[in-house]
Formats: sequence, structure tokens, C-alpha cells
Amino acid sequence: MKHTITMTINGESVTAEVDSRLLLVHFIRENLDLTGTHIGCDTSNCGACTIMLNGHSIKSCTYLAVRADGAEITTIEGISPDGTNHPMQQAFHDQHGLHCGFCTPGMVIRSIDLLKNNPNPTEEEIRWGISGNLCRCTGYNNIVKAVQQAAKEMQKESQSV
Amino acid sequence: MFKCKTSPEVGGMGHSVKRKEDARFLHGKGTYVDDVKLPGQLTMVMVRSPYAYAKIKNINKEKALAIPGVLAVITGYDLAEYNLHWMPTLLSDTQMVLPTDTIMHQSQEVCAVIATDRYIAVDGAEAVEVDYEPMKALVDPYKALDEGAPLLRPDKEGQKDNQIYHWEKGDREKTDEVIAKADVVVKERIYLPRIHVASIETCGCVASYDKDTEKLKVYLTTQAPHAIRTIIALVAGHIGLSEEKIRIIAPDIGGGFGGKVPMYPSYVVAIAASFLIGKPVKWIEDRSENLVNGFARDYHMDCELAATKDGKIQAFKVSTLADHGYTDSSANPSKYPTGMFSICTGSYDYEHAFAELDAVYTNKAPGGVAYRCSFRVTEAVHAIERMVDKLAAEIGKDPAQLRFENFIKKEQFPYASPLGWSYDSGDYKATLEKAMDMIGYDKYKKEQAEKRAQGKLMGIGICTFTEVVGAGPSKDFDILGIAMFDSAEIRVHPTGKALARFGTKSQGQGHETTYAQILAEELGIPYTDIEVEEGDTDTAPYGLGTYASRSTPTAGAAAAMAARKLKAKGKKIAAYLLEVSEEDIEWEVGKYFVKGAPEKSKTIQDVAFAAYTNFPPGMEPGFEATHYYDPPNLTFPNGAYICVVEVEEETGAIDVKRFVAIDDCGNIINPMIVEGQVHGGLTQGIAPAMYEGIVYDDEGNVLNGTFMDYLVPTAVESPHWETGHTITPSPHHPLGAKGVAESPTVGAPPAIANAIIDALAPLGIKHLDIPITPAKVWEAIQAHKKK
Amino acid sequence: MIPSNFSYHKATSIKDAIALSQTHGEEAKYMSGGHSLLPMMKLRFASPEHIIDISKIDGLSYIKEEGDFLKLGALTTQSEMEYSPLIKQKYAIFSDAIKLTADPSVRNVGTIGGNIAHGDAANDQPALMLAMRATIIAEGLNGQKSIPIDEFFHGFYMTALEPSDILIEIQVPKAKNRSGGAYHKVERKVGDYATAGVAVHVELDDSGICQEIGIGLTNVSAVPMRLDRGEDI
Repeated sequence: MKHTITMTINGESVTAEVDSRLLLVHFIRENLDLTGTHIGCDTSNCGACTIMLNGHSIKSCTYLAVRADGAEITTIEGISPDGTNHPMQQAFHDQHGLHCGFCTPGMVIRSIDLLKNNPNPTEEEIRWGISGNLCRCTGYNNIVKAVQQAAKEMQKESQSV
Repeated sequence: MFKCKTSPEVGGMGHSVKRKEDARFLHGKGTYVDDVKLPGQLTMVMVRSPYAYAKIKNINKEKALAIPGVLAVITGYDLAEYNLHWMPTLLSDTQMVLPTDTIMHQSQEVCAVIATDRYIAVDGAEAVEVDYEPMKALVDPYKALDEGAPLLRPDKEGQKDNQIYHWEKGDREKTDEVIAKADVVVKERIYLPRIHVASIETCGCVASYDKDTEKLKVYLTTQAPHAIRTIIALVAGHIGLSEEKIRIIAPDIGGGFGGKVPMYPSYVVAIAASFLIGKPVKWIEDRSENLVNGFARDYHMDCELAATKDGKIQAFKVSTLADHGYTDSSANPSKYPTGMFSICTGSYDYEHAFAELDAVYTNKAPGGVAYRCSFRVTEAVHAIERMVDKLAAEIGKDPAQLRFENFIKKEQFPYASPLGWSYDSGDYKATLEKAMDMIGYDKYKKEQAEKRAQGKLMGIGICTFTEVVGAGPSKDFDILGIAMFDSAEIRVHPTGKALARFGTKSQGQGHETTYAQILAEELGIPYTDIEVEEGDTDTAPYGLGTYASRSTPTAGAAAAMAARKLKAKGKKIAAYLLEVSEEDIEWEVGKYFVKGAPEKSKTIQDVAFAAYTNFPPGMEPGFEATHYYDPPNLTFPNGAYICVVEVEEETGAIDVKRFVAIDDCGNIINPMIVEGQVHGGLTQGIAPAMYEGIVYDDEGNVLNGTFMDYLVPTAVESPHWETGHTITPSPHHPLGAKGVAESPTVGAPPAIANAIIDALAPLGIKHLDIPITPAKVWEAIQAHKKK
Repeated sequence: MIPSNFSYHKATSIKDAIALSQTHGEEAKYMSGGHSLLPMMKLRFASPEHIIDISKIDGLSYIKEEGDFLKLGALTTQSEMEYSPLIKQKYAIFSDAIKLTADPSVRNVGTIGGNIAHGDAANDQPALMLAMRATIIAEGLNGQKSIPIDEFFHGFYMTALEPSDILIEIQVPKAKNRSGGAYHKVERKVGDYATAGVAVHVELDDSGICQEIGIGLTNVSAVPMRLDRGEDI
């Protein structure tokens, strides 16, 4: 059964015909060639497929593409203009918050959503806030530091506006 | 401490420069295997066995082939026509690519479905009808050698039982004799369970065979692209895939940790499928396939440690039963079937040791795949470090004090270990002292005494490990006969910028940055001006790859040596340009100058330009060098880790309060990256210590084959790691470096286990095998209460 | 891991959903957040032929006090509950439990109604509902009905809901001056299903004497369970 869906992805409107069972992560990766969103577990445990849907981080491996009809989606490719860094990306770079890079897009998107609800989190709140995103390389210490740096930077930015 | 020789702009050794590879990963522009999309690409999905041991009576492809979009179902019979249904393992055992008659473990590949798209391929796999005749699986390795146990590998000529090999090292008689006479002997059977590295990216490939050019290109999740190319040529040379026609490309790798060293059957099937169909074929493993089809550890170790009554260690003996599943697919050097297990004598000075091991077949997935330590150092260190703590408990001595009294002393290096290694350097006393200072050991000892008086359970655990990495000297170390050297090739362009290529392959270690820093250190060319490439066998020099913490010890050394060749050539060019003799030229980072007249100088960039434009008559033009580095010895990173835990008696809940890790990995190239490696390794240390373990039932079914039940630690379980360093440079490595990435995975589990067992000591609990979960602790507490 | 083929239907209203359910019968399943059902479909433990998406139905997402009840719209996400000032101030037991349910990205999608309607004894919310003596409001072919929580859970993944019934609202007795509760969960790691969990709700009178107690248990039997004997004490 095919469905025509329209959504905004990274600021651009996309219309496509999809099967009922097509998972959003495959739609993003294979139909739209936005391969920054990854697949790590299939059981919504690892968070490598995390994207922003209507302003909230979600796991796109456990979401049907057809249900995203009308949604506004941001993937890692869309969080900052080409050649620039979102404060969260900059912080991951500065604090060595990534090794192999595979969990990084999901981790960055999740961390941005975390700061939306809690702009100045404690270390413990950060750890709980990224607990749906597995990283096998970094041991998380530097990811926590990165989120702390980004929180500071983003608060400065919001104060200066 | 290490003093930087270069400016931060040049970014040589010792500078925490930010990583050059980050930008693409941060923007979702990395290229991992599943991101590769070739025109006309097909997808392969494997049908896998629900049984651990079964005869295949029939495979009916019809219903699958009737699904529109399913192009082929490939079985072992199809591969047998090309003699491709079996392949050698890295340790010269044999492994099925696809079975023709017998299934040897649950989830083994049964056949492959090739379709136009992922979804159709999955439907196809479900539609294949396989008629199995299940048999009673052999699951318990202790029963593998029983009389009457089914012979699992009758296919192997001369195989009369389920023993794969017996290995031993050391003097059994003398060790037994010392143990028999010793004042104190502590004994324990220690089990290190099966675990899986579970890199967040699973394994996969895109195989693309072009029937016109007869060339095979494979994008592959591999840590060792060159070795894999050679293996493919050996496995499939007879069908025309000869080595010069094979190109392996390891693109960005989403974590390896040793899980991406082996040649997996599905790789071969995808290559065969592309060869037969003439189109690119992609195979991407799903998480369950990943977790269930390989493993690390699975050593059952019977340990005995003998000492005088005041705690001077005299002898260590360990007899191990190794469960290898149905084939020995360990990625070990051929002369070292148990890897570097004989490092098990540890950081202590004593004379007598004996280690032996029997490896057996069972109906489980083949293994010996690594888990951030490929060569059995983790098992060895766990054995000795648990036993040293057990000895301390037995004679009532502080475990730190016991270690101080037995350490190999700084002045004893190079130290000849009882089982034949030559430890290069270390200062174990200083390292442990630093760890104790940093955590506040005495303060915690006091706190522990107070808590115990209140009936609370608090434990302090120490591990002082010695690692052995950097394989290896080629006289001893080879894989399938290929010597374990590694390589670097540097091309300095006329404008003074450079391209450097290596035989290794980063999976997150940051080679694009650290190798550039090594070259910056040696040549004075800023690290930002040096591009590093790895992973493409058509362009990179031959090397054995990245695993076993060998990249810095081997390829890093090769980079330094190749740079030194360039520096020597540059000296001749500088002398020519400055019109003095070569003997009058001196070098300081980035610059040649005339002895006694430092104002007369040429930069490395001037010299590079001259190498293409104005070189001495008779000199070969160009500014390039290659080096294949064959290390004279291994390196022996070491460390002292201390862990403090509290245990809740009512629930068994374990709270890791502090964890301090002091590492001596020799000279450090990039402190930021080294610290990051240690953090990551520590989390992969707490994982098997408290959470992970592949569990089988009596039928050979895996009970925890997804991330819902295979418990990879999140940021909440992972403690806030505290790290530090001591430095004793490796005397034989050109940069004095030793390698680091595996040390924390090796050192953390015993520190954590020792801490938890120390916490439980007042209840009379003397040992628990990892993973030490709250449930296991609770059960142990209940059992001891009953006593 | 990919689900079997099915047909997707988007319901625009409760009536529409019930009609779709009637048309497609036993082979149809409602999906709200989908975080319980879709993983089972991907593992092919469940292969419904029709999915009726109720997540787009307007007006089923709310947290409000009305009359004697706290009313929770079935499509309220766990995150909306987590960040609701009303919940934080007066119904802290929910905050306890939600922090321990799956992870933040899952909670952004997973709904309170789905967590209960799935009938999984391992889910966290049912124990809370038992402790707080909630009432489930469902709508079906014969209009609305209210089901006391003690009559709601029937067996392993089985509830009092008829195939066409949709859980639309949960009603929890309004917090009193001196009432409160907590949820404690033993889990192997954060986000895991409960090894076991216990929700306790108590109400005190002005002199501090316990007047009411509710205790619900997670994942200790095939159905979410009330600890009757504990309550009697």
C-alpha cells in the first residue's frame, strides 16, 4: 500500500510515495541520501538514528515514514549551515567528544534537545539525558564535557540576543 | 614529563591538537559502508539457523524466488560448485562459508537471499523453507572432552575428539614443586565469559565485481584491509580473483575493537554473489547477527598462586579451558594460538610459572574475536590480578602493600619474565603511588573501616597490570605466514605539504591527526599541512592493520623512520643549497642550518621545493619515502587502577564511587586523544565487569541477542573516569611510545571485581566471576547468609 | 529488522478509528506512539495486516485537573508528562517513573495511553495506575465506558479493551492535601524494562494517619499486579 507524504526536511519540502512499512530511518538514508543518520541496533536502544521531528529528538528506526507526513524534520546535515558549526558540534570537536563518529550525529541531536528542556544541566542530568544514545568509543566523559560547553555557549548566545 | 619540541602551530608530539577527522563526522558526512551506494546495487540478507546443531535435510528456495525482486537464493551447494563453501580461519582452522549438510551453531548462516532492496530481501529470507533435523547440542566445554561426546568436526582429517590444541609454556615440574612446598597457596577457578565488542556500526560490505575488467572492489568494515585482500586471493584465487584484481576499501569505520579483523562468511558470500551476478551486492549485518556470531574471551582458568607466609610471591600456575565454538577463528599470530596469554605472570618479580591451555570445540559461534584486546592479555591480567588480591585477603595484607613488595623494580628493566617476555620499561611503584595519591587511598581505607563498623559494604579494588602490545617482531609474529610489520609512505609535495599513507586503519583512534603529528615532530611540517590516508589497498602500502594496540608501535614507528629517511635526503639538499658540506648542516625542528651560523638556513619547505626544482646533480629527484617497520621487541604499557565501590546489602546494587586510572604508555603523541582512548577503554572495562556477557541455554540458544538484553553501558552506568600518567619511554621504539588503547579494557575489570569482592569480604565472599551484577551479588549474599 | 507488509490507515477521529477497526477486524491494530508495537513488528513477533494510526487524532493530548480527577489524555507523551509543572508539583510519582522509562527520545514519542493499553506487565505506568486507583476511559462501538483499573488487566498482553476499543483518557483521583507516592524500580541498566518495580501511593489525614494506600507492582507476574496484602497492613 503506497502513500504520498510531504514533509520538510532540513528546511526543504519533500514529497514522496512510500510503502506503509517503510521506516523513517530508511526513508531518510536511502530515499533522500541523507546518510548522516545511522542505524546501530534496530531495537531503539542505541540512538544512532536520532533525528529531530517537530522539535523533539526521536529514534527514526522506530517510526514509520508515513507517520511523518506533514512533519518538520531536522537531521544532522541540517543543524548548521554548510561550513559552520552549531555550538554543540563545536563543543564535541573542542572536547574530543567523538572517536569513530558513528554515534555522533544522534548524540549531537539528542544533546541539543536536552538543552532545550534544561539549558543548564548538571553532569548527572546530562548523563541521564543522553542515556538513550550508546557510544562505544568515548566512555562518555568528554561527551558530558561537550554538552556542558555547549550549554554555556548557548546560554551566552541567548543572553546576547 | 614529556617536553614538546615543536610549537603548537606545528603540532608535533605532546600537543593536544584538535582532531582533523572530526568535521565530516560532526556534519554527517562520514562515509561508512552502509552509506556506499553503487549503481544497480543489490542487497543480501542471510537466512540463519534457529538450531545450534542440526542436519539440513532440504532447502526450498521456491517461495522466496516467487517474490518479485528476489533474484537469487545462494546455498552451500551453489558455492560448492566453485569450491567456495569452506574457508580457512586466521589460525588455519576451517570455517563454513555456507553449509551443505550440518549446522554447527545457532544463527549460523544457512543461505543467502539476494534482492533488489532490503525489504524484499528480508521477506525473501523469511520465505525460504529449510528442513532441519535438530541434534543434541554440545554446549558445556567441560563435556567436550568427555568420552562419548559427539565428535563435532569429523570433517577434519585426523580429528578424533573435540580438542583443538593443547598449549603450554613454562616449567610445569618446578612450578608444581614450588607450589607444593609453599607456605600459602591460593586457588580459584576464574571464568571470563563470552562477550561481544558491539561496535555501534555492525559489520558489512559492498562487493562489486566487474565482469569486463575482472576486477573486484569491496567496501568492507575491516581493520586489516591488506590482510583481507590476501585472504580473498587465497580463498578465491582459483575462480580468477587474483590479488592484483582485488581492491579492498575500508571507508570510515564505526568502531572496531577487534570485531572487524576476521573474515566473516557473509563477506565471502557477498563477493561470490557479485561475482556470479555481475552487480554490486551489499550486506549489512543487523544487531542480533552481530552479537550472536562472534565473541571474545570464554576462558575458564584454574589458577594457583604460591607465596611465603609474609606474601612474597613464588610461583603462579594457570590451566585454562578455552571454548572456541565450532571453529578456532581467533585472529592470533600463528605461533601464538593463545595470543600473549603468557603475560599472565603480571607485574611481579618471581621465578616460577606455568601456563597451559586446552582449546575445545562446542556448538557455539566461532570466536576468539577481540574485545578491545585481541591477544588474551585481558584474560591473563584478570587471572593474576584476582589471585594477587586473593592472596592479600588470605594473609591479611593490604593489597597495595602486597603489590609494592612484589613489583618488578624500575632498575630491573629490561626484565625477563618467567614465561619468556622481555618487558621494556616501567616504574610500577611510582605508578601505583600516583594512583593512590590521586584517589586518596589512605582516606578511603579509613572510611572503609568506619563503614564496616556500621555494617555497610564498601570496597577498594586495585589492579596493577602489565600489557604487551605492538606485534610484532617478524621473527616471532605472523598471521597466515605474513610478517606483522607495518608501513608508512610519505610524499612531500613541492609546496611543502604532504600526503602520508599507512597500512593500518583507524576506527576512531584519530590516526589522521596523530600520524600527522608524528610527521610534524620529525619534519617540522605543520600537522595541518599533512593529509593522512589509510584503508584503500590500491593506494596504501601493505600493512597488517589496526588491532592489538599496534598502530603506534608499528605504523607510528614506520612514520618516524620514513620521515628520518626524508630528513637525511633533505640534509644533502640543504648542504647543496647553502653551499656547505653535509657535515656542516645541523637540524632543528623544521629547519636545516649551517653549524655556527644559524642565520644561514633552509626550511623543510625550501628543501622540499628544491627536491623537485633544484636538487644536487646526480641525486634522484622528488621528496618521498617509504618505510616498513619491523619492531625489535613488543612494548609493555602498564598502569595502576583503583576503584571504590559501595554495595547495598538488601538489593546487591553496586555503586562505583570513584575510579582512578594511571597509565604508563610511554611518550604520548596527543594527550587529548590518549585520555579519550583511556576513557573509552575504561567503559569497555566496566562493561564486562558488571554488565555484558553472552548467555547460552542448554540447547545452545543465545538468550540475549539484542541490545535490549545485551547490556552495553550508557552514560549513566559509565562512571566519571579520572585519569593520569606516568611516563617511562619505550627504549626500543623510535618515539618512545608504547600504545594505549587496550590497557584500560585490560586493567579495569580486575580493579572493579577486586573492589566489589573487597566490599563483600565481611560477609565471607571470596570470589565472584564477572559480570558481577546486582542479581549475582544478591544471590551470593543470600547463599552466604544461609551458611 | 523490518516489519512484514501491512496497510497503514490514518484515523482522523475516534469515530473514524473505530470504523476502520471494524472494517479490518481482528487483523487491525491501533498504533499511538508505536514504541511497543513497532519493535515487536520489526522482530516479527507481531505481524498485523492493518495499522490504524490514532496518533493524529486531535484533542487526546492533555494533562488537567477537572472535578475530582487528574485527567490524562491518552496521546499525552511521556515527555509531556515529564515536563508538566502540574505533574511535577502534585503528582511526583509520575516523575519518578517516567525518568526510569526507556529514554528521553523514546519518551518524546511514547504515550501514556499506549503504555497502559499494551497490557505489558513490564511497562511502568500500569503499576502507578494500580497504586493510584485510576479509571480507564475507553471508547468503542457502543460509546464510552469507564473501567476501574483493577478490572483492566486480564493477562499477558491482554486487557479489558475490545478489539475496537480505544483508550482515550486516564482518570486519577485528584491529589489531596496530604497525599503522595513514589516509584522504585530495579533495572539492569537505565532504560531497561523493570526486573521488578513498585509504585506506592498514600493518603494521610490531617493528624498524619494513613487513610489510603495503594501498591502496584511491575513485572512480577503476567499482569500488572496489586499488592493487596501489603495494602491491608
